[in-house]
Amino acid sequence: MFKFLFDRDTWQEVYDSFSKNKLRSILTMVGVWWGILLLIGLLGSARGLENSFNRLFGSFATNSVFVWGENTSKPFKGFQEGKQVKLTLSDAKKVEENVEGIEFVVPRSVNQAQVVRKFLSGNFGIYGDYPLLDQVQKKKLVHGRFINQNDIDDNKKVAVISDEIYKQLFEKGEKPIGEYIQINSISFKVIGMFENGNVNMGPSADIHIPFTTFQQIYNRGDQIGWMMITGKPEYDIKQIENDAKLLLKNLNSIHPKDKRAFGSFNLGKEFAKVTGFLIGMQFLTWFVGIATLIAGVFAIGNILLITVKERTKEIGVRRALGATPFEIKRQIVVEAVFLTLVAGLFGIISGGWILIGLDAAFGQGDDAAIVNASVSIAVVFIALVILVILGTLIGLIPAFKATSIKPIEALREE
Amino acid sequence: MLNISQLHKSYPIGDSSLHVLKGIDLSVQEGEMVAIMGSSGSGKSTLLNIIGMLDEADEGDYILDGLPIKDLTEKKAAVYRNKFLGFIFQSFNLINYKNALENVALPLYYQGMKRKQRQELAMFHLEKVGLADWAQHLPKELSGGQNQRVAIARALAANPKLLLADEPTGALDTKTSYEIMEFIQQLNDEGKTILMVTHEEDIANMCKRIVRLRDGVIMEDKKVEQVRAEQYV
Repeated sequence: MFKFLFDRDTWQEVYDSFSKNKLRSILTMVGVWWGILLLIGLLGSARGLENSFNRLFGSFATNSVFVWGENTSKPFKGFQEGKQVKLTLSDAKKVEENVEGIEFVVPRSVNQAQVVRKFLSGNFGIYGDYPLLDQVQKKKLVHGRFINQNDIDDNKKVAVISDEIYKQLFEKGEKPIGEYIQINSISFKVIGMFENGNVNMGPSADIHIPFTTFQQIYNRGDQIGWMMITGKPEYDIKQIENDAKLLLKNLNSIHPKDKRAFGSFNLGKEFAKVTGFLIGMQFLTWFVGIATLIAGVFAIGNILLITVKERTKEIGVRRALGATPFEIKRQIVVEAVFLTLVAGLFGIISGGWILIGLDAAFGQGDDAAIVNASVSIAVVFIALVILVILGTLIGLIPAFKATSIKPIEALREE
Repeated sequence: MLNISQLHKSYPIGDSSLHVLKGIDLSVQEGEMVAIMGSSGSGKSTLLNIIGMLDEADEGDYILDGLPIKDLTEKKAAVYRNKFLGFIFQSFNLINYKNALENVALPLYYQGMKRKQRQELAMFHLEKVGLADWAQHLPKELSGGQNQRVAIARALAANPKLLLADEPTGALDTKTSYEIMEFIQQLNDEGKTILMVTHEEDIANMCKRIVRLRDGVIMEDKKVEQVRAEQYV
């Protein structure tokens, strides 16, 4: 068989029958070409969208939920409704210890404050944070470092600022690290600067200081603003949210069915919606692409069937001259596979061009809608394998048709 | 060389069947040149097709060169055809998108011969039919007589034991017919066994033996004095 495939005569035969009907062969190939082009183009675009979403959410541990206290809506255990719920550090600790599937819990606090440096000033959000925050919401540090455990333990007056703050408080070209800024008239040393990601939870101009320092200067005791709960990847974040809320209600003497006691934002749920959309789109792409491909391959089969009909007499002559039915079938199948494969390769190449075009049009810059639109080699390979298999299968139909006629009848055909 | 006894063949037509060959006995020796004659429907083409293994008899024996031809698979029939038989058709049946040389080389291709060797051999046979200069021409660029000569070269290419010709001059004018016949006679002179179907008396008289069929039986089987074709050319 391999000898057959590398035999010059085999391809001479293919070339002959192709060049005999150039226009028809090319029209035939359009179907498969279009199918592969759609498949590659759509899959690549879907991947580009996915990449762009991933870039947006990339800095977050997406299996997370944020929980904060609000006001109760039901009286419970002697408390009136409307009680203000205040979460504490021990609440966060208990959630971390008792709820199943928790990766970590990060307490946070925030306050607005006047920040001054030399003659420049502004009103910014000040966040009290633990080093762990860096795990939940990755900070892209361009200078220095994030808050560490030492800063927490010693209540150090250090600050990590965003690039936005830098623009407002520093002259161009100045080095921020080691400089001092005044937050509520208290001097903080800048130890790090980060770039903001594309999704900003809250204002983009923000300053992070050690949590303990924050609690101290704003006199918060062990009260926290909210907690970021991150679940282990294999756990359902919705369930974790419910478990955590129930535990918190229990700890804070709140009616178990009180729905307004806590506010929350489930990042995992939101993310799942986007992911679901992307998966749906990929499914649709495969469906449309493969369906078009099959239609295209059928077109090839159909044309080959006509070709075989036209060549009935020629096939009869060949058989009279000593071609075995197997040799006839083999030739037709090779032609079918060749046509599908060539059409497929053209489809892959032009699909690649489309992706290059998309990338040039929509893929540039930080806020691009499509990032690195591409398909993996594996997909291309699978597509080619599918083409060869489909081409072989569809080629078998005209091949059997060609040899089902007796040579004597084939010769009589005019 | 060829031995046929009590050969029967019928074709189904609707509910009934048409008995085309009704017990044919025929024996051909090596080096003979036999014309099979008969009006249309006499069964002469069917007989030739059975001899050519393109069709199979319902009953009777057919032995070709000591080899019983019976219950052949398509594959085996193809191999035998390739090895033992050369076909010449009325309408030449050349492959129209292949040039003369490629057409002649086709049986050799199915023999599995290497390309170079094949082309040399095909060229040799083209030279023999006097068409070496036309090797690269397509059938549509050649005249009818030339095409038939290419077809003869193709039939000879695999060096068959038996040459089967189905109305080889049927599509040619008289002058060209005689030229072709002259050539076929030469082949016979060189020792090739030739069996040809024709309904033209003058062509049949250029063979050495005439077998007349009517309604599926042999009416007459006689040796004739061969008329040489070159005297008409």
